[in-house]
Order: sequence, then structure tokens, then C-alpha cells
Amino acid sequence: MPEALLSLAGVNTHIGQYHILQGVDFEVPRGGLTMLLGRNGAGKTTCLRTIMGLWKASAGTIRYDGAEIQRTPTPELARLGVAYVPENMGIFAGLTVRENLLLAARDRGLDAKRLGWLFDLFPAMQKFWNAFAGNLSGGQKQMLAIARAIVEPRKLLLIDEPTKGLAPAVIASMIEAFRELKRTESTILVVEQNFHFARSLGDSVAVMDSGRIVHTGGMDGLAADEPLQQRLLGLSLGTHQ
Amino acid sequence: MTTADAQVPGRKLDWLPLALVPALALAALLFITSLPTWITLTLAGLAMGMMIFMMASGLTLVFGLMDVMNFAHGVFISIGAYAAASVLVAMKGAMQAPSLAANLSAIVPALLAAIALAGFLGWFFERVVIRPVYGDHLRQILVTMGGLIVFEQLIHVVWGPDIIPLPQPATLSGSFLVGNAALERYRLLAVLVGLAIFAAMWLVLNRTRLGLLIRAGVENAEMVESLGYRIRLVFIAVFVAGSALAGLGGVMWGIYQGSVNAQMGMQVMVLLFIVLIIGGLGSVGGCFVGALLVGLATNYTGYLAPKLALGSSILLMVLVLLWRPRGLYPVGKA
Repeated sequence: MPEALLSLAGVNTHIGQYHILQGVDFEVPRGGLTMLLGRNGAGKTTCLRTIMGLWKASAGTIRYDGAEIQRTPTPELARLGVAYVPENMGIFAGLTVRENLLLAARDRGLDAKRLGWLFDLFPAMQKFWNAFAGNLSGGQKQMLAIARAIVEPRKLLLIDEPTKGLAPAVIASMIEAFRELKRTESTILVVEQNFHFARSLGDSVAVMDSGRIVHTGGMDGLAADEPLQQRLLGLSLGTHQ
Repeated sequence: MTTADAQVPGRKLDWLPLALVPALALAALLFITSLPTWITLTLAGLAMGMMIFMMASGLTLVFGLMDVMNFAHGVFISIGAYAAASVLVAMKGAMQAPSLAANLSAIVPALLAAIALAGFLGWFFERVVIRPVYGDHLRQILVTMGGLIVFEQLIHVVWGPDIIPLPQPATLSGSFLVGNAALERYRLLAVLVGLAIFAAMWLVLNRTRLGLLIRAGVENAEMVESLGYRIRLVFIAVFVAGSALAGLGGVMWGIYQGSVNAQMGMQVMVLLFIVLIIGGLGSVGGCFVGALLVGLATNYTGYLAPKLALGSSILLMVLVLLWRPRGLYPVGKA
């Protein structure tokens, strides 16, 4: 197994009086795509937000690229090469597609070669370059959110439910885009509820329940073990084709 | 990606709220039968609107970006006016000289003093008063109201309790006559300064990276941080700029009123909140249109039905909210 780019050990997160993450331990291998699965309310989104520093861990250690980051402010983490796509996509509706990407490129501006690659990946971004992001369809907004995260090479991508609310045809397009993304050097951690999407793309998997990791391993192993799927997720992958 | 090929409707300029300004002016012309009177009132309304815009634009940006409703914003207006008054009283001779150059030699340092002091106070206020209460609206109301009272009293301590007369500079007092219509020079200046500030704000917001950050931050500050920007620095910059603009507006307003007093900021705050609500909280364009509408409505009503003048802006707000419940140009927040 490749060394871990990201590892969480005993991570706890409180939001107000609620104790959401209750000792999360798992690793994200460098260069692969790890799926974080679990039922609604298991703590997956909280886990991603805690890694990104948007909610502070109350206990435990988060290591990224060899350094502890649980106290690192979010902007600094972003500049260390971590990109985040939230569940609501977080696009700026009042900005154009171009402006959304320009903001993500930070001080360096948009690189023409990288942009060409992005346009191959998401042609809609080129077509609607000067359109306001708020006017895009749900699928286009998700593409913009992901394009914004990868407008420059990033070491780690944290993506929260990229298929949420999307039509099957758009999800198929997303799977193709993620396959292309996997060919880059980025390490990807995806929170997902769509098991077909997860099985199609995941190299490794971590399953959460009630604020804890209850299973880690290869995606192939979980995909082949229906009783395990039933026990961990309450559903069979076979029912989500 | 065939599914991505659906047509995206382009966003057109929402011109209807903008058209309200000439519509209101033309509607008033039907009741004010004298054209010269209408021209004079319209200029007065536009000048008042521009000054309100100067004072309110910072407040709307601060609310949009930082989600802070700063009831102490009026302090920056008063402080700006007092700082300018100190300079102008000291340079009384230059103010009263019948030479534009001499007048400007007093006005420019006065404006710079107002902007600098109000901006510095804004920086101090953000650090000491606002920062501990980010995200807590109830406490924001309490501490900013408290801050308003404390700083008003400090104005009394520094400048005394008396009203300070603030006469218009010699070359800017009086009127031009266009036909039978009297156009006050100072009001024309206020319109020009207001337009220049609106144009500068538009350029900064739409043509610079800082503006891009501010516009993005107004929508979703957390996402801006996730992209690697320290939004707190943008917060401070906007707060200082908003306070400085309030100071500038305070000087213009003080000269317009002919005097400054410690309560002038607080007195105008109700009008500023009405403008913010009419325009859409957080929207600079909405604030501009809202300020012009309030300025015009107040002046027309003051002439046609003086007893209704005080309530005209509230009536305008009610009508706008019945039409657009989130204001003329609502800002989408994530």
C-alpha cells in the first residue's frame, strides 16, 4: 500500500453541544482515490470540513504530507495544496465561470495549457466561459466546482458528494471526468452516497457510522462482499446500478 | 458531456429598479406644475441621495461581506464631520476667500482628515468591538449600539457639547440660474462627488482582484477562505474603507446642513437602514438606487405635502418590499 498523504488519528469534532466525530482514524493513500462512505448523518461531511479546518478538531491528530494540520488555518491549508469542493458546491453565483476559476487560480492567473485540459474535461466550462455561474444547470455547477478545485495542480482534493442531485447521464459524465482526474498526481478523497459511482472509481474505502470509522480497505473487497455491504451500509451495491 | 450543452440564459441587467429613479422624477413633474421648481427639487433630491449613498455604501458592504449590522456606523459619519470641521474652522480665512483655489486649500485637507480619522476609527472599532462578536447578531446589536453611545460621548469630551457651524465655502455657496431654475452649486458638487465615488466603487468591485474577492466574499466567505484567501484581511479593508466613506459623507452632509453635532450620525442612521433595505442588504448598486429614490421622494414630498415628508421614505420602503421582498437588488448568500 502506498504511503498515506493524509491520516487522521483519534479525531474528535464538536459542533456546539453535539459530539459529531468520535475518534476518527483512517488514512488516504498518496495518489489514489479513497471513498468515504456511510449512512446519512454518519459524520462524513463533518470529517471533510474538519480536515479542511472549517470546523476545528477538538481532539486527535490530522497529518497531511508529513505535517500536523489540525491547527492550520483554512487559507494556509489551501495554499499547501488542498482543494475542497463542498456538498453545496460553493460556487459564486454572481461571478462568471471565468471569474470563479480566476479566483481559484489565486496569484498566478490562469494557465492556458491547464485551461485547455480543463475544457477537454468539462467542455461546458468553455462554452459558458462568460456566463454567470448562478445561471448554470446543477450538473454544470458541479463541473465548475470541480474545475475550480483543479484549475491548478493540487496535492489533495476533498470532494463532498459530487453526484448529489444529478441526473444519471450527468453522473456518467462525472465518472469519466474522475477517471481522467485519477490519471493526474492528485490524491482524492470523495464523500459519496452513490454506490455505483463509488465502486466505479474508488481504489480504497473507509466507511463511517455514528462518527467513527467502522471499516477500511480496498474498494474491490467491499464491492465483492454483499453481506459486508448490508452490514455497513444497509444496502447492497448491486441494488444501485 | 452532452448533458452540459443545455443553453444557459445570459444574465441581463435588471433595469426595472434603475428605471424607478426617472419614473419617480417624471411622476413628480405631473404634480409639481412648475418646471423650474421641479428642476431645483430634483437636483436637491439627487444631491441628498448621493450624500446618503456615500454614508450608506460602506454599511451595506460591511453587512454583505461580514454579516455584521453595525449600528455604530453613524459614529464614523459624526467623527468625519468633526474632523473636517476642526480643519475648516482653523482655515476659516481660506474658506471664506472668494477664490476656488483658496477654498480647495481648506476643503481638501478637511476631507483627508475626515477620511483618515474615520478610517482609523473603523480599524480600531473592527478590532476591539466587532471582532469578538462575529456571527452573533444579538451581541452585535448590543455592542455596536453601546459603541455608538460611548463614541458620541467621546465627541463631547474632545469637541465639546455645542453645535459647530460649518458654512459652505464661498465659491460653492449660491446658485446658478438655468432659465428660471436655481441650481445650488454645492448640490451640484455633491452629485458629482457621489457619481465619482459610485464609479470608483464600481471599478474596484468589477475590475480588480480585490473587488472579485469582495464580491465572492459577500456570497460565501467560507468558500473564499477554502480557496486560500485570508478573508479577515478583506473584512478589515472593507470595514476601514466603509468607515472612511462614512466620514466623507459626514463632511458633505455637515456642510449641506450648515453645522455638525455629535448626534448627526445617529439621526441619519434610520435613513441609511431604509436605503439598505430598499436596495437589498449587501448590494452596492441597490444602495445607490435606493439612496437616489429616498433623496428624491423626501424632497418632492417635502414640497408637495410637508406633513408627509418624514414618512415618505418609510412608505417608499413598504412599497418596494411589497414589490420585491428582498430589496431592489437582492444579494444571493450561500
